[in-house]
Amino acid sequence: MKHKRVTIRDHHAEAALFARRVFVSLIIVVATFGVLLSNMYQLQVVEHQSLQTRSNDNRIKVVPLAPNRGLIYDRYGRILAENRPVLSLEVTPEKVADLDHTLTQLQHILQLTDDDIAQFHENRRRERRFNQVILRDRLTEQQAAQFAARQHEFPGVSIEARLVRHYPYGEAITHALGYVAKINSGDVAKLQEQGKSANYAATRVIGKLGIERYYEEQLHGAIGFQQVEVDIHGRNIRTLSIDPPVPGQDLHLELDVDLQQYAYELLGEERGSIILMDPRDGAIRAMVSKPSYDPNWFAQGISYAQYQGLLNSKHSPLLNRSTQGGYPPASTVKPQIAVLGLEEGIINSKTKIWDPGWFQIEGVDHRYRDWLAWGHGWVNVVDAIVESCDTFYYELALKLGIDSIHDHMVKYGFGERTGIDIAEESAAVMPSRGWKRARFNQPWYAGETVSIGIGQSYWTTTPMQLAVGTAVVVNQGQRPVPRLLAAIQEGEVKLPAVVESREPVVLKNANNWNIVKKAMDLTVSSIKGTAHSAFKDANYTSGGKTGTAQVRSLGQEEEYNAEEIAERYRDNAMYVGYAPADNPELVIVIAVENALGGGGSVAAPMARKLLDFYFEQEQQHAQRRAE
Amino acid sequence: MRSAEPNNRWLQRLHIDGQLFVALIVLGVISAFTVYSASGQDWGMTQRQIIRIGIAFTGMLVIAQIPLSTIERFSLPLFALGVVLLLGVLLFGESSKGAQRWLNIGVATIQPSEIMKLAVPMTVAWFIAEQGLPPTKRRLAAAFILLMIPTLMIAKQPDLGTSILIASSGIFVLFLAGISWRLISFFAVSIGAFIPILWMFLMRDYQRQRVLTFLNPESDPLGAGYQIIQSKIAIGSGGVEGKGWLQGTQSQLEFLPERHTDFIFSVFSEEFGLVGVIGLFAVYGFIIFRGLIIAMRAQKVYQKLLAGSLTLTFFVYVLVNIGMVSGLLPVVGVPLPLISYGGTSMVTLLAGFGLLMAIATNKRLVMHD
Repeated sequence: MKHKRVTIRDHHAEAALFARRVFVSLIIVVATFGVLLSNMYQLQVVEHQSLQTRSNDNRIKVVPLAPNRGLIYDRYGRILAENRPVLSLEVTPEKVADLDHTLTQLQHILQLTDDDIAQFHENRRRERRFNQVILRDRLTEQQAAQFAARQHEFPGVSIEARLVRHYPYGEAITHALGYVAKINSGDVAKLQEQGKSANYAATRVIGKLGIERYYEEQLHGAIGFQQVEVDIHGRNIRTLSIDPPVPGQDLHLELDVDLQQYAYELLGEERGSIILMDPRDGAIRAMVSKPSYDPNWFAQGISYAQYQGLLNSKHSPLLNRSTQGGYPPASTVKPQIAVLGLEEGIINSKTKIWDPGWFQIEGVDHRYRDWLAWGHGWVNVVDAIVESCDTFYYELALKLGIDSIHDHMVKYGFGERTGIDIAEESAAVMPSRGWKRARFNQPWYAGETVSIGIGQSYWTTTPMQLAVGTAVVVNQGQRPVPRLLAAIQEGEVKLPAVVESREPVVLKNANNWNIVKKAMDLTVSSIKGTAHSAFKDANYTSGGKTGTAQVRSLGQEEEYNAEEIAERYRDNAMYVGYAPADNPELVIVIAVENALGGGGSVAAPMARKLLDFYFEQEQQHAQRRAE
Repeated sequence: MRSAEPNNRWLQRLHIDGQLFVALIVLGVISAFTVYSASGQDWGMTQRQIIRIGIAFTGMLVIAQIPLSTIERFSLPLFALGVVLLLGVLLFGESSKGAQRWLNIGVATIQPSEIMKLAVPMTVAWFIAEQGLPPTKRRLAAAFILLMIPTLMIAKQPDLGTSILIASSGIFVLFLAGISWRLISFFAVSIGAFIPILWMFLMRDYQRQRVLTFLNPESDPLGAGYQIIQSKIAIGSGGVEGKGWLQGTQSQLEFLPERHTDFIFSVFSEEFGLVGVIGLFAVYGFIIFRGLIIAMRAQKVYQKLLAGSLTLTFFVYVLVNIGMVSGLLPVVGVPLPLISYGGTSMVTLLAGFGLLMAIATNKRLVMHD
């Protein structure tokens, strides 16, 4: 290449050739920029709307906001169910580099149990990605402080304040109030069925029992939404807009929590139920079922072992004895039998029978024994209530017959649900021929009618039914529907609950109410009355009826001795009553299972204490109102 | 010519082309602002980018001072050095992200393919210019082989983007040298005929899949199509006026991958809209136009071919990057020239503009003008 061709080069021709090529290049460049620009126009102008939408879909997430659950107050404004902020340690697993290592360290620092760790993995399965998973609920202040000091070592782990339902009165009020617990798959299915699942998108708990369940709709409120801007990691950058949730409505109950607690303590270690109800409108002042359990266990997340313990306890703490317990009413229903006898004309106020201490159906050997072995002697209908003479009622029942008794008793609500505003209620059993045929495929025997006369045999009632049945007597037929709710808070206004009543019991002779009611007054005031000693020197008037229910039938010559026989075969002690005697404002029902004594010796004294307490309280409240 | 005006004499003496210099400074400023936004407002990264721009501009000015005769003389040795280093890369190179591009030479790691971005147009231009225009077929064939050696070595690393740019730089020299249209048509038809063969017999399944994804990114929105879909969303959602600086949600919230490097154009488009894009195109267009003017005015064939090739390669840079982020071309790793975050391509590009300035301010050229 050393030969110099340069000398023969035509510089002008070269320059011209080059210039032409540059010109072609320039055209290509311009054309290409044209293509790029038209593509930009296509994207930024023509497709702008749809791409803008997709850009927003990327960054804007709609986050549902749970409404705060309504609070529950007693009749004097004391809080029964509240929402408490609790500190919980929460982990976002996606943000933690080495989860196992982090958990091990946290376990060491905060003394977490292996159960906590296992529960965490369980919780994690249920949460969505990038959601926080609870590692430890209810941190103590010490734990929170220990973690806070080293928080920088744990990215993706934080302490969060959440609202958790709390029941300050704990187990004393469980069966009335119920509780909330985590929404489970069954709840989800139910909510879907009712078309409510959208409203629960952010909600973690739902009412499972009692008031919390019955008034779930009012307590829950309406869901809110917030639009948040998120980055590609799902982190919230900022809130764009908020449509705040509507908090649930507050409920005001008819319960008096002092009375409730007092009644709960009064039962002591006994199993049973106490109900205090205003007979005029069915307002429940106290409703206790024992044994009970702490509703906060459920609200805060009950462990499997705890739940199994409750479920398998032979004392059935989960059972709401006030509305689900089927107790033989025993003598507490003698007033209603008496009303029927008077009404049917089988007896009148002067009819007397001789009680030798037992009753026999003609031509049958079996003796139906009176609780008083030597008998009450000559008794009329009033004496038979005051002294609780069994023989009188054996005879009366036999004369009335099961059909008449059944048809009359269902008018008081025996054998059907009272309609109280909690879902846990059973109808118990008001037996009839048809019932027995269906239940046992057996005919009804006359002997069973005799036992029905003293509230035994197949007859069972819930304490709530007894409260209603007693209210009917003192109301002269008017039959209230028991009710826990007093009012719903609607903004500034308290919206009173609807006072319901069922079809009243109408008598041909209304004076029959007075005869029976008088007898119940005398049960307390007369020296012969079975509740007299219990109410001695009370500074208020009251009436009532004792009852001692056999839970096991004794042999013919067997003597009953409460201390000797097995605890679970002991009699139930019952008491129904009301106060004051004129214009009663309170009906009381006490049922004590397998008591060491009967209605007069165990249940009536409890009623006395409770009524003492009630009137004392009422006086104080009245004074406070006066001031 | 304007450079002959008295107030531009000192620029002339410093071997600076004023118009080109201003346009490049504008790109540098745009780069600093866009990198700041695209990095998630990382001032540290922005500072590093500004320092790189400074270094690269200094390098440009230094190269502009080198006499053209020296540059021409060093073309072939530089090329030879580049080939040796590329061989070194293939044998002892360091891998990162599945590609082997870097060579550790003891004091530093270097990327020999960057040297080739300058060495190939210089050498091919030198080789053609020695004979004069138009080149003979033999010389053309030799030149073609010359440019294919580094192209294939780089494609093997693999670095498809760079090998395309290097092949382009050589081919542009040949095109500007006056290669006959008949030959151009022949090559065009051959390439067209080769595509079906390539598709059916030579490409692997995953490569075919990549092409299909390019043709229809929505078919794989979370996988291979993700980048291009997010990029188009970013560009399109910017609209005419843009979302405003630092306000691009696609970039600020990290939906857009590779946003401060290869996909920085999407960030720019999202935040400054079509108006900003037109402005940016105008700057790029001006630089390319100015480069071609310099090539036209250069006196010697070597200078003409080199200036023209460097300018058109810069154009290909712009075309490939914008084409790929806006969905017109498949995604090959080519940064947006002088704006994307990163020092290597910035230094090489401005070194190329240093050569252009050396050509533009050649004394003899001015005296002839």
